Amino acid sequence: MSVKELVERYCRTSKLPHIWCPGCGNGIIMGAVMRALDKADIDQDKTVIVSGIGCSSRAPGYMNFDTLHTTHGRALAYATGVKMANPDLNVVVLTGDGDCSAIGGNHLIHAARRNINLTVVVFNNSIYGMTGGQYSPLTPTHSYATTAPYGSIDRNFDLCKLVQAAGGTYVARGTTYHTRQLVDQIVAGLGHNGFSFIEVITQCPMYFGRKNKFPSAVDMLKWQQEHAVPVKAAAKMTSEQLAGKFLIGELYHEEAPEYTAVYEKEVIAKARGEVK
Amino acid sequence: MLQERIALTGNEAMALAMKQINPDVVAAYPITPQTEIVQLFSSYVANGMVKTEFITVESEHSAMSAVVGAAASGVRAMTATSSQGLAYMFEVLYIAASNQLPIVMPVVNRALSGPINIHGDHSDTMGARDAGWIQLYSENTQEAYDNLIQAIRIAEHSDVQLPVMVCMDGFIISHALENLEILADEDVQQFIGEFIPHRPTLLNLDSPVTVGPLALYDYYMEIKRAQAEAMMRAKPVIRQVGQEYKALTGRCYDLLEPYKLDDADIAIVVLSSTAGTTRVVVDELRQEGVKAGVLKPRVFRPFPYEEIREVLAPVKAIAILDRADSYAGFGGPLFKEIRAALYDAPARPPVVNYIYGLGGRDANLNDIRAVYRDLDKIAATGWTDQLVRYLGVREEAIVHA
Ligand SMILES: Cc1ncc(C[n+]2csc(CCOP(=O)(O)OP(=O)(O)O)c2C)c(N)n1
Repeated sequence: MSVKELVERYCRTSKLPHIWCPGCGNGIIMGAVMRALDKADIDQDKTVIVSGIGCSSRAPGYMNFDTLHTTHGRALAYATGVKMANPDLNVVVLTGDGDCSAIGGNHLIHAARRNINLTVVVFNNSIYGMTGGQYSPLTPTHSYATTAPYGSIDRNFDLCKLVQAAGGTYVARGTTYHTRQLVDQIVAGLGHNGFSFIEVITQCPMYFGRKNKFPSAVDMLKWQQEHAVPVKAAAKMTSEQLAGKFLIGELYHEEAPEYTAVYEKEVIAKARGEVK
Repeated sequence: MLQERIALTGNEAMALAMKQINPDVVAAYPITPQTEIVQLFSSYVANGMVKTEFITVESEHSAMSAVVGAAASGVRAMTATSSQGLAYMFEVLYIAASNQLPIVMPVVNRALSGPINIHGDHSDTMGARDAGWIQLYSENTQEAYDNLIQAIRIAEHSDVQLPVMVCMDGFIISHALENLEILADEDVQQFIGEFIPHRPTLLNLDSPVTVGPLALYDYYMEIKRAQAEAMMRAKPVIRQVGQEYKALTGRCYDLLEPYKLDDADIAIVVLSSTAGTTRVVVDELRQEGVKAGVLKPRVFRPFPYEEIREVLAPVKAIAILDRADSYAGFGGPLFKEIRAALYDAPARPPVVNYIYGLGGRDANLNDIRAVYRDLDKIAATGWTDQLVRYLGVREEAIVHA
């Protein structure tokens, strides 16, 4: 599908152009989500896209689906409500690194723990973009930010490990450089019956890039190319070779009971006296 | 007193005042339009210009919690926020007030969601008006700076011991460059003095305490009553601190700021930046021979009802401008309280309400002129059939359900 077709089919064209800065990766991720929804043949009218607050959370505003733009950090809680009320809907959550791991971190681990069938795409630009580049829980240690003029001393989360440990059953990491793989990762997440989590490493040239000696968005994409290691390749590499790199691809996959299905079977059916 | 005259935005002025206050602990989370205050402050910390411990927490709920923890252990602690951030602190605002912790917090007023909006109105701090915090509203950059410095003295006064919010209008003041006079660091330090905890604090081995224990129907009411009394005692303290600040700077601060009210037939009451716009209209009207005046309350909590009654009672018709609505709760918060205060006035003047400026909707000179025109009619007849009105709404654009 050409970009034009994609946009005409899946965007609210009257809301374009978007607000994102030149070089921002958010459009690449939004495009990948739309391509994945198309590829997975998802019914546009049975899909709800939920977001929190941040530059990334603006994406659903441009997308021609039923969308719910919520409050900072709470997208997953709202999405849980949508899914519980109507388990037949495909519920996709678009969220920022701050949105889902700082102010909304609690919802992330609990949604993963329940293994509720949501597809979460995190736009990880390593910074609070919308508020002007303060460091987030995903800003790599020693990186610079407006609140860390001498480098951040905080240790950053590995969100994929966190979600896996919390009970998420499909975990993948992609980048805005590896766009084809990214689309497939989102397709796999949409197809997975359980909590699917896709972390996307993306570039914020305006706030993260400028502070961290990336002259342009292209340099940030090159950095992704040079530092991302596919899971399979990593298996053959030593820890020295992997130092400073990050893994991309499917990091974890497990089939486990999905929350709304279990709820229907073990709570509602019992309450109705349909099963003992 | 040597004061320097410089140009700063409201946020820069607040950040500078915080630097000069040099608190022991600041915990913060970014939110537009406040972000700049704590961001600038974080650079003062990083550059060793203050001795503050700066905590970049993961939310405002944590920011206020960390500040409460710090204050309970007997140090000067601050944070700053806006809108959703204040809403998210809500639970902890009450904890700060009930433990009588002298925390000072700039709040850059911004509309509450939804719809999402980043511009200035007062729905955030008005929503927190009964949290037990003192509230000072600032008209401009100078007042924001001055109020923040005075707030430290008010909060920490032995008769008060209460948290204080210092409010200024989002964008209109926070992001606008204005000239102001600033004090030297030493003078600010001398004015605010050493932090002296007047209540038992944590980590005092000679007298260990529990902060925040359970109090059910046995003691809860007495604690709440004590809190209300502290709030009442804050009134003379606010005035006294204002007088001392005047001696230092030449700038006057009281509970209220009346303008051409002495002989006024008609008056508008309005908080914060719109007071400036209103004064311009009053000057125009005075030229035309209309006896118009303005009252700008600086303090909303404690509510200066006696003082307000005294200055407004002789006026023939009064309009209260509220930059926050309470949705069919009979007018905005300022209106309700002022109208109640006037119930005991010898000749109860007609008082009407205008909800204005929500979500940053401009309140321009024409809007204010229209209010005075309405007041003129109300003063002439002594009567109106519409007490609550909306200013600057496009009625034709409202979607009726
Ligand atoms: C309760 C609350 N606190 C703070 C904010 C201000 N705020 C808006 S977006 C944002 C951070 C966004 O960062 P991230 O989630 O990483 O998304 P990005 O903008 O980088 O895409 C913050 C702090 C808010 N809207 N609500």
